[in-house]
Amino acid sequence: MLKTNSGSGTKVEAGGPQASIMVNGEPRVFAGTTVADLLRDLGLHPRLIVVEHNRSILDREHFETTAVRNGDVFELVHFVGGG
Amino acid sequence: MTTTTIAPAVEDRPLEIAGRTFRSRLILGTGKYRDNETMVRAIEAADVEMVTVAVRRVNLDRTQEEGILYHLDPARIFLLPNTAGCYTAEDAIRYARLGRAAGLNDWVKLEVIGDQRTLLPDVAATIEAAKVLVAEGFKVMAYTNDDLITALRLEDAGCVAVMPLASPIGSGLGLVNPYFIREIKSRLSCPVLVDAGVGTASDACVTMEQGVDGILLNTAVAEAADPVAMARAMRLAVEAGRLAYRAGRMPRREIAVPSSPIGGMLG
Repeated sequence: MLKTNSGSGTKVEAGGPQASIMVNGEPRVFAGTTVADLLRDLGLHPRLIVVEHNRSILDREHFETTAVRNGDVFELVHFVGGG
Repeated sequence: MTTTTIAPAVEDRPLEIAGRTFRSRLILGTGKYRDNETMVRAIEAADVEMVTVAVRRVNLDRTQEEGILYHLDPARIFLLPNTAGCYTAEDAIRYARLGRAAGLNDWVKLEVIGDQRTLLPDVAATIEAAKVLVAEGFKVMAYTNDDLITALRLEDAGCVAVMPLASPIGSGLGLVNPYFIREIKSRLSCPVLVDAGVGTASDACVTMEQGVDGILLNTAVAEAADPVAMARAMRLAVEAGRLAYRAGRMPRREIAVPSSPIGGMLG
């Protein structure tokens, strides 16, 4: 997936050609429709990932029905080794 | 002649935290191992039932192999999410919520750091975060300083366990203040586990001899030359320290007392 810094203010409807979003602190252009599409694009298994969508935790059961919109900010986290 | 079985006079009760019992009094961290296979083998050698994990961003430029759930089965081992690396109550609460959203359990090892050099806890922020998380239904195990008043406040806040440090995180300096650890243990009703600073098996043993309910450690095993062997040493040390505590040690005397009879010596 291409990265872009062109966060132009143009409104792109969810499911439109592309949305400029932030994922884990990096700008990205996303061409899909839902959060589930986004995880698929990134090759992430939804069962192992926790999604924070615009600072709110998104329940896993809503991945398929939540639209990705221009300007959305995502944090995708999982468990790693720690003490 | 009759045979007798040697057993402790009274069987020890298992460690119980928030209504959940644990056979092992050792909790292992999963950070800093040279590879995941070593980590898994160390966990097996330590024979622990609970390990801590951290919440971090997925690395989008690499494979997902680094995710711990590819290596540990939550059905077999209890994963305790931590808030390590958080410097404010707000951040710690955010990380705790993310950890719970993974759907494994509603427990958290709460850690709010106040200083980069020593990694000592910000105890005011820890108490503040504990109150919020307890109100949200979290079972909070709180990492804290070896300070009695803070420990009492954390218990009052509803923490299910209070976890004072032995010495700074990752320092391996061992138990620097046994007196305060004993005092905290004697004054709190909830389980007291020592978290951080244990460097080797003798440290773990001495710590358990203070009467605490358990130990959480990571670096001492992960950074040992042979982590699997050290994991087993820690398991044995925790058991030995616990047994010695329950056995009741002899008094310290600053004078020698002979072990053999004084009488019956040759003329």
